[in-house]
Amino acid sequence: MIEISGISRSFGDRLVLDDVSFGVEGGRMTGFVGANGAGKTTTMRILLGVLSADRGAVSLDGTELTAADRARFGYMPEERGLYPKMAVLDQLVYLGRLHGMSTGAARTSANELLVRLGLAERAGDTLESLSLGNQQRAQIAAALVHEPIALVLDEPFSGLDPMAVEVVLGVLQDFAANGAPVLFSSHQLDIVERLCDDVVVIGGGKIRAQGSREGLRAEHAGRVFELDLAGAAADAGWVREQPGVSVTHLDGGFARFEADSEAAAQAVLALAVQQESTAVRSFAPVTPSLAQIFQEVIR
Amino acid sequence: MSDTQIRPAGVGGAGGAAGGAAGGAAQRQLSAPQGAWIVAEREIMTRLRSKAFVISTAILLLVVLAGVVIGGLVSQSGGFGGPTKVATVAGDVAGDGTGAGAQLGALGEAFEVTEVADRAAAEQLVRDGDVDAAIVAGGDTAVGLTVIANDSPPGDVIQALSAAPAIELLDPSETSFMLGYLIAMGFGMVFYMTAMTFGMTIAQSVVEEKQTRIVEILLATISARTLLAGKILGNSILALSTVVAALALASVGMLATGQDILLGELGTALIWFGILFAFGFVLVAGLYAASAALVSRQEDIGSVSSPVMMLVMIPFFLIIIFFDNPQVLAIMSYVPFSAPTAMPMRLYFGDAAWWEPIVSLAVLLVSIVVALWIGSRIYENSIMRTGARVKLSEAIKG
Repeated sequence: MIEISGISRSFGDRLVLDDVSFGVEGGRMTGFVGANGAGKTTTMRILLGVLSADRGAVSLDGTELTAADRARFGYMPEERGLYPKMAVLDQLVYLGRLHGMSTGAARTSANELLVRLGLAERAGDTLESLSLGNQQRAQIAAALVHEPIALVLDEPFSGLDPMAVEVVLGVLQDFAANGAPVLFSSHQLDIVERLCDDVVVIGGGKIRAQGSREGLRAEHAGRVFELDLAGAAADAGWVREQPGVSVTHLDGGFARFEADSEAAAQAVLALAVQQESTAVRSFAPVTPSLAQIFQEVIR
Repeated sequence: MSDTQIRPAGVGGAGGAAGGAAGGAAQRQLSAPQGAWIVAEREIMTRLRSKAFVISTAILLLVVLAGVVIGGLVSQSGGFGGPTKVATVAGDVAGDGTGAGAQLGALGEAFEVTEVADRAAAEQLVRDGDVDAAIVAGGDTAVGLTVIANDSPPGDVIQALSAAPAIELLDPSETSFMLGYLIAMGFGMVFYMTAMTFGMTIAQSVVEEKQTRIVEILLATISARTLLAGKILGNSILALSTVVAALALASVGMLATGQDILLGELGTALIWFGILFAFGFVLVAGLYAASAALVSRQEDIGSVSSPVMMLVMIPFFLIIIFFDNPQVLAIMSYVPFSAPTAMPMRLYFGDAAWWEPIVSLAVLLVSIVVALWIGSRIYENSIMRTGARVKLSEAIKG
């Protein structure tokens, strides 16, 4: 488990990270979401030791992260980069060796990865001769070649075609399934919602929300309910008159409202059932999507 | 698609310690020199695989070889353009009774004498350009000869026929003016060209990593200092190999063209040139790398590295201009940027005591330490800052 505790960082007099703390558990995919400029990349760079923090600490399994630990992390920076004029396999081997692998082990691992990512035939080609999507795959391979003990990926899915997204996804899930912590940032909230076990939301340099995906949803479910009435002349306008209820959306027989208490909501339901001219088609609490939670916590 | 599993090494053990131990089989933590060496190896291999590098090095070596061989041929023939051709009239005699042709012939191979029947034939040869000058009897000087030439007096012929006073030099210079100039050019050009070429190479390589952003991946693995050290090491090895190859080729060329005396005289100077070059290049490479780290685009290398270029270029021109001025050379032989050129020259001219190159080397080493200290600070502080050019003051402060 990677733990980030109390990290702050300023650039000049601009405070970019303000007391940021969260954890990335082993064997789980943790999504890191935030608007552009919220501090995602800075946090990841500090986690990798590429940038230093003004305050705070990063620990791995309870002990402070050392350069030796960090060298065994896999990192994919937001701004992609490999040597354009170097053969794909050569640069993977080079990166593997820089991480302390022997040339032979690096070569074996690089070849395995290229097969896995569908790039085996392009191993001897220079990076610049590959399509953008294939360059992205090579970039993923660069993060994985040294068999890292943890993965930190900054926007790993941006620029990937749908097929490549599935391939990369499979690789990452395998990786997490083996017990390693995986942290990735994304602004594609639908992908995060689909993939992540845990979610961390950052905004304006502060952590706004964190927890498991389901936990966050439950936490932010609040007391918003939706009532849908069936019938030709269905009109839910009367909900507005009910005590302890405020309607946020009304459209014919449909009403979305916030209730002060569970009892107030139940009272609305009871009244709806009693009405003879209409029937209740549905009545349910609203579970917010990640996008909604995001909108809410960022405000 | 294969069924290969991507397995995180050493995860799932009991805590971090176990994780570290399990992963140890596949990899170990690199020491800084090991990391630097892997970086250096890549720099070297990348250059060796580049056609542009191989071709330009081959051209440089060819130029050196050609220079030595041509120099050798010129010095053997006693002047530029081969022997001077003169025509004489058979039977003409000089004032002292000897034939003009015989007199010139006695001066050695510098003249090629053609005998013709009369003065008219000799003049015709001059007009046609078949000979440089004609020598005929007559004229009211003590020599009793007239030199006929086309449009300008032929200096070497006149000199050969003039009665010269005896010359005694009390402090003769052992080496000729021309040779001194050529050697200054030679050392200067090799240092200047190599420092510029490989300085630019290292600058481009620094900016390439910054521009393509791979530097972020590299820095997540090794420190900025290790990366910088590897780049300097790799390019210095390449530069030094090029110079050693050039020197070896020059030596072979000298031996082959019978200039072994010159080679013998140059011996110490050549060795010191190699040593001072090696360290001088490290200095230049460090400065190039540091200044290149300030910018993020290849197009900006030229402007940002021009101060470093000046530091290399100005001493080069000073040496070419003042190659026969011992005071200036003495100062230049202690200036780190010109020491690799000036010190070997002074050694060759016999102007430097045995300890002087050692002191010069010490000065150079101190400047390297200072330059690398500042350079690595600049590099560390700017290598992650892309976009606009980083201000030098900010890069040093951090």
